[in-house]
Amino acid sequence: MATYLEFIQQNEERDGVRFSWNVWPSSRLEATRMVVPLACLLTPLKERLDLPPVQYEPVLCSRPTCKAVLNPLCQVDFRAKLWACNFCFQRNQFPPAYAGISEVNQPAELMPQFSTIEYIVQRGPQTPLIFLYVVDTCLEEEDLQALKESLQMSLSLLPADALVGLITFGRMVQVHELSCEGISKSYVFRGTKDLTAKQIQDMLGLSRPAVPIQPGRPLQTPEQPVISSRFLQPVHKIDMNLTDLLGELQRDPWPVTQPLRSTGVALSIAVGLLEGTFPNTGARIMLFTGGPPTQGPGMVVGDELKTPIRSWHDIEKDNARFMKKATKHYEALANRTAANGHCIDIYACALDQTGLLEMKCCANLTGGHMVMGDSFNTSLFKQTFQRVFNKGFNGEFRMAFGASLDVKTSRELKIAGAIGPCISLNAKGPCVSENELGIGGTSQWKICSLDPTTTLAIYFEVVNQHNAPIPQGGRGAVQFVTQYQHSSTQKRIRVTTIARNWADAQSQLQHIEAAFDQEAAAVLMARLGVYRAESEEGPDVLRWLDRQLIRLCQKFGQYNKDDPNSFRLSESFSLYPQFMFHLRRSPFLQVFNNSPDESSYYRHHFARQDLTQSLIMIQPILYAYSFHGPPEPVLLDSSSILPDRILLMDTFFQIVIYLGETIAQWQKAGYQDMPEYENFKHLLQAPLDDAQEILQTRFPMPRYIHTEHGGSQARFLLSKVNPSQTHNNLYAWGQVSREELL
Amino acid sequence: MTCSLFFVSAKFQGPPPPSNTGPSYPPYSHQLQPAYPNTASTAPAAQLANQLNSMQINSYVSCSGPGTTPSPRMSSGHPASFQGPQSPPPTQQQMALPPGSQIPPPGNNINGPCAQPSLPPMARQDGTPGPVPPNPNLQQLSGQPPGPGYHPQQANYGPQMAGSQLSYPGAFPGGPAQLSGPQQKKLDPDSIPSPIQVIENDKASRGGQVYATNTRGQVPPLVTTDCVIQDQGHASPRYIRCTTYCFPSSSDMAKQARVPLAAVIQPFATVLPNETPLYVVNHGETGPIRCNRCKAYMCPFMQFIEGGRRYQCGFCSCINDVPPFFFQHLDHIGRRIDHYERPELSLGSYEYVATLDYCRNNKPPKPPAYIFMIDVSYRNINSGLVKLICDELKTLLDKLPREEQEEASAIRVGFVTYNKVLHFFNVKSSLAQPQMMVVSDVGEVFVPLLDGFLVNFQESRSIINNLLDQIPEMFAETNESETIFAPVIQAGMEALKAAECAGKLFIFHSSLPTAEAPGKLRNRDDKKLLNTDKEKTLFQPQVNFYEALARDCVANGCCVDLFLFPNQYVDVASMGLVTMYTGGTLYKYNNFQVDADSPQFLSDLRRDIEKKTGFDAIMRVRTSTGFRATDFFGAIYMNNTTDVEMAAIDCDKAVTVEFKHDDKLSEDNGALIQCAVLYTSISGQRRLRVHNIGLNCSSQLADIYKSCETDALINFFAKSAFKAILSQPLKVVREILVNQTAHMLACYRKNCASPSAVSQLILPDAMKVLPVYMNCLLKSCVLVGRPEIPTDERAFHRQLVTSMGVADTQVFFYPQLLPIHSLDLKNDAVPAAVRCSEERLSEGGAFLLANGLSLFLWLGVSTPPELIQGLFNVPSFAHISTEAMSLPDLDNPFAKKFKSILKHIQSQRPYTMKLMIVKQREQPEMLFRQFLVEDKSIYGGASYVDFLCCVHKEICQLLS
Repeated sequence: MATYLEFIQQNEERDGVRFSWNVWPSSRLEATRMVVPLACLLTPLKERLDLPPVQYEPVLCSRPTCKAVLNPLCQVDFRAKLWACNFCFQRNQFPPAYAGISEVNQPAELMPQFSTIEYIVQRGPQTPLIFLYVVDTCLEEEDLQALKESLQMSLSLLPADALVGLITFGRMVQVHELSCEGISKSYVFRGTKDLTAKQIQDMLGLSRPAVPIQPGRPLQTPEQPVISSRFLQPVHKIDMNLTDLLGELQRDPWPVTQPLRSTGVALSIAVGLLEGTFPNTGARIMLFTGGPPTQGPGMVVGDELKTPIRSWHDIEKDNARFMKKATKHYEALANRTAANGHCIDIYACALDQTGLLEMKCCANLTGGHMVMGDSFNTSLFKQTFQRVFNKGFNGEFRMAFGASLDVKTSRELKIAGAIGPCISLNAKGPCVSENELGIGGTSQWKICSLDPTTTLAIYFEVVNQHNAPIPQGGRGAVQFVTQYQHSSTQKRIRVTTIARNWADAQSQLQHIEAAFDQEAAAVLMARLGVYRAESEEGPDVLRWLDRQLIRLCQKFGQYNKDDPNSFRLSESFSLYPQFMFHLRRSPFLQVFNNSPDESSYYRHHFARQDLTQSLIMIQPILYAYSFHGPPEPVLLDSSSILPDRILLMDTFFQIVIYLGETIAQWQKAGYQDMPEYENFKHLLQAPLDDAQEILQTRFPMPRYIHTEHGGSQARFLLSKVNPSQTHNNLYAWGQVSREELL
Repeated sequence: MTCSLFFVSAKFQGPPPPSNTGPSYPPYSHQLQPAYPNTASTAPAAQLANQLNSMQINSYVSCSGPGTTPSPRMSSGHPASFQGPQSPPPTQQQMALPPGSQIPPPGNNINGPCAQPSLPPMARQDGTPGPVPPNPNLQQLSGQPPGPGYHPQQANYGPQMAGSQLSYPGAFPGGPAQLSGPQQKKLDPDSIPSPIQVIENDKASRGGQVYATNTRGQVPPLVTTDCVIQDQGHASPRYIRCTTYCFPSSSDMAKQARVPLAAVIQPFATVLPNETPLYVVNHGETGPIRCNRCKAYMCPFMQFIEGGRRYQCGFCSCINDVPPFFFQHLDHIGRRIDHYERPELSLGSYEYVATLDYCRNNKPPKPPAYIFMIDVSYRNINSGLVKLICDELKTLLDKLPREEQEEASAIRVGFVTYNKVLHFFNVKSSLAQPQMMVVSDVGEVFVPLLDGFLVNFQESRSIINNLLDQIPEMFAETNESETIFAPVIQAGMEALKAAECAGKLFIFHSSLPTAEAPGKLRNRDDKKLLNTDKEKTLFQPQVNFYEALARDCVANGCCVDLFLFPNQYVDVASMGLVTMYTGGTLYKYNNFQVDADSPQFLSDLRRDIEKKTGFDAIMRVRTSTGFRATDFFGAIYMNNTTDVEMAAIDCDKAVTVEFKHDDKLSEDNGALIQCAVLYTSISGQRRLRVHNIGLNCSSQLADIYKSCETDALINFFAKSAFKAILSQPLKVVREILVNQTAHMLACYRKNCASPSAVSQLILPDAMKVLPVYMNCLLKSCVLVGRPEIPTDERAFHRQLVTSMGVADTQVFFYPQLLPIHSLDLKNDAVPAAVRCSEERLSEGGAFLLANGLSLFLWLGVSTPPELIQGLFNVPSFAHISTEAMSLPDLDNPFAKKFKSILKHIQSQRPYTMKLMIVKQREQPEMLFRQFLVEDKSIYGGASYVDFLCCVHKEICQLLS
């Protein structure tokens, strides 16, 4: 089994791909009996230090319906300079540049270690990255000040040639012109009126009407860049200007009881502005909002203070009167944004809800970030925001834009759908399945913004009929072609081609079983569950999950009827039920005690993080620190809470440090300050250091909670652990070794 | 009996002649029988021709009434008038023929067979000092002998008339050549009543004196007469002038006379520095004292009774308790002891401080705001206008009006520029630089900012100056040529609304607003509509939007002053509508050139900004029982029939109010009028301005006629006619005017004048110049549809006149023509005017003509070189350049005197006039000639003489 684990790990490292099954059942019927669908988690831009991009264009299969990229799995006839596509078996001539090809002189893409390869292509003009700040001015003075500082700081983090723009909103929406001297100029829009993109462009003077040439008047030479750059300027040119402008931002001055926040119109204008000026180039609309939209299209709550914002209870009772309309508004915006290849980030900082439920699609469909905090004046926001502009190992921004993911499969497979921060490109083709899982009906998706950890779940369907067996040793192949705009504004294409063995489920079930990747399967199933939860009732989803689990156990478990204790699962399945147990309790499927905004926030992150992070989200990690040995992961169980332990829990969204009863007493007694108890000081310090490490790397920055036995914040820990000590523990199979937890 | 032509006026038709179907005086509600002009039939022309020719036989009949004799000064001034009759050559038409008995050949319209080569004798007696003796108090006693037959003021004229041009209106086929052609066939103009004479007479008798308003129903001096007015219980004529100061006591009588009963109220009129400004009465929280029933304000017409504990309202006769704090004992004549200490008891005009009950939403008003809204489209930038405005505003804003006792003006200012979109400016004093906020959603315009838009100029001076410096540069590269208009007004209004204050918008605009926005206009000027039933549409707004906008503006106390700089048709009728309804002022500078026209514009702007204005005003005219105000004309808006709403009212705006009888009026009580204007002052104080005037009532028609004021009549006629053209064809309106003139005069002739031949034209003294003024009104371009006259000009004039006071209409319709070749350099006085006729010009003379809008310096071909040298600093006539826009600044007595005259003329007029230099026999003279209103107009207007003939004919017909 170790080989399969290694295989899986190796594959993940090389290709950024984790399949639920690494040996594929060879017929449709068998595949459906496997319960967990054949699917994979794909991290298209997985950071590969050892992968220098090649500086030429990929070679494509000449069949118009295929266009697969030449890859190591292709059969090559070096003499005839021909290659056979491994997906459609089309024989293709090598392009002239490959004339010198031979067994000893092979291009990189033919070498087996380049199953993933990245091409840099020179196509079209390069346009700088665009950052459009959309800033809520209905903030408390303190918050606004903090936000202004963060924004000013961010200017220094942007690429020097990036274009920046600023839209502020409150009761009105102001689009600031950045190129003016001596006077600051902005275009103002009513916050209550929805405008079409055309109207917005007309009003901003971006459209180019056929100006009748008037005699006696100097003819204006058409200057496209000048027009569009009124609102979007290179940061190096106007950073002083913009810093001042941000500095002068005032709170929305209109006398109101509840701030009038025209978020819907502000976003609509931001989308319209970019749509008109820079379609299909990398652009981030960054929305900073300190409360729910309260007027105009997309309003989430009325401006009367007496009406609170909707809760899950209201939604269930169909009592959220603005929700549907607002959602529709933001969905329309999100779809337009995605169609333009731009993305929307939402940075929402408020103590109450801000309408993320309605606005979530803006980030979800465009690959934008969603950050939720209590205030702009917290390090959570400040550092998270700073991390948006983090650079990777080679000094490049960890962001990419306007990607399209094209999936090609060999003919035994079809594509059922994808779940992740993407939208369908509606590319129908022979390899598209009729059964949809997630966003289906296409073999191509658009991911407007992604970073090296962005991970999509892609679901397949085995279509090979039972009566048409695949020859022994046959392999199925999948190719992922990701075209994207690199942060350096280069156009790049990353191609990953993988192949897996087919196996007959009847004769070779043990192979298939052994090649089960339970972690990937758990995440893939969880994504399906969360995807369903967005549209279905919570209990239905849970029931579905339970049924799937039962069926899986039926299929792969060994047991004697009516004897629960006889139940055994093989090692490759052993953790899976545990994941499902925690998934059922997770905020992704349970809405109890979470606001609709929080649920949307959690689900947003779950649908885009890679496998490791997703697993943390499903089942938080618990580390124990004690004098009994080095720090160790322990069961996420109430039995792990011991008086002489310090626990560190990482739920992805929260880092909780919990001091056991005795430890807490020691700390209160001040032992850590006594030189003779320096080891206690070290013990106290160890989880802090580890927590710091996590805090430093994670995006978004987790909430950091330091508590102790009996502390009010201990609830964060207690709500996560398996409450085994208050119930009879019936789950014998749950007793797995600690090492296997990770 | 030979016939003579006399000048009498009658407003209300006498007992209707059988031929006349119009029984009463509903001015423009139905078409009267078009007795005049009747171009379809030649019979009337013949008839008049015959009459007129027969008049020549004895052209002068002295009809001077008892008690009046020509004043020596007058007769010496006009020796010609007593030269006696001149025998005309005998013709076959000497005989007076009965009307219609002879049909002359058609086509004799111009120089008909009756034309006489010889000049008629000057025969008149217009030197009578008029009905008002120097002591007005004694007027009733000594001025006139009793009796209905009394007609002392009538003058008889028997001029020989060119009785042929009867095809008035519009049938004059000749061009200018005929105008300047030989005049030998004309009647001697000196023989017909001269407005100049009337003006000079009044000046002589009443000029320079103190006129005390202590008597009910006394006729004040003419508007052209300078005198000091002392308020002694009735409002000064500067505030209120009436068409007649004696109302007929019954409505039947009113119908008979057809003299319009109207008052021209100019509530904020400027008073001379040596006249007392209005006192402000403050009753604290109690507020003004008002009659419980009719709500009239305390005024001298209230009669205190029961020892001062109660008072009887002079308007509705209701007995009211005197509020305890206001109680005062009465003296032996029943007058309160504090009579002279309280303005509300002793003065015709005074102000009250209003309480919160009189404020919008019961909140004290905020000081008003001025918003400057500048069109920055390509044209205005290119012409330099924007820079001019911005530069001027920098200094001008220091002169915002303020209350006398305050150091700085409380008025806040705001700035907007616009082309196809609106740009608002944040000029908050704390900002480092102005902020511009563009609103492009012109379909639904809104105000993008609250704080920092309207600011105190003193506080934000540096940032405003910064802004004004930048505006011309900011748009220097613009190529936007389309503009919006209605959204601009809307924006200003919304800004005022948001700031919860009243105020004024100053809009500087130059082109037809064709950009896609509400209130978008197209060029709908269509010469084909002239003289059709659809002509009226040219004076109506093109789209309904503007009326609704005007209503909103008035409701929010937003006044709109519009400065137009058109190069072509801009649809003044539509664009000016909001200005008109909101009490704003419309200025129009055709083909504006910065170098030539900026002094005029800047002076207008300066005056407009500095003007004393009342904001968010509502006016109510209350009357004593028996009559009431029925119609209102002016730059006003009315939501109901009684409340006159004005977003603002300034010193130049007058509202003409027409009254009708409800019942009989008692001669003892007279007719009392109280006009109360509730407004917000420039400092943001809510005040009530109350004007009271008492008029007499009489059952004698003669009393009415002798108390008439022609200037006010013309003001009324002009306003009502200009309103009527919105609903009726021009032709009908003109016919009604002529008809009414004839009726008024005929009624007088029939009921007041001593019996004389039917063919004699007899004019009451007070209406002596009514025909000439009426003719001027009929010739005004508004009432003349000719393709040569731009529609915009007509709409512009229509709008101006609608809000004019009596003094302005007087000079507007009958321009001042001053000879300046014979200036008396030692005397400060402005030379006496001459009549507006070409005959008064001389080749060797130079004349200055002013009508309140235009100003001409006409130079005869043989103007003395020394005069030319003195004025122009060039040696001869030929060297004078008419291109010159202003006279050189010369330091010689002549030039100085001329400048001082110009200044004097200008000082009395609300609009700055641009001096145009016209040389005799050069092209621009055509323009000038239009203002010689006694002559035949190139646009077909009749000459004075012709019109007189027409009116006379009408009268004859009515009398027969």
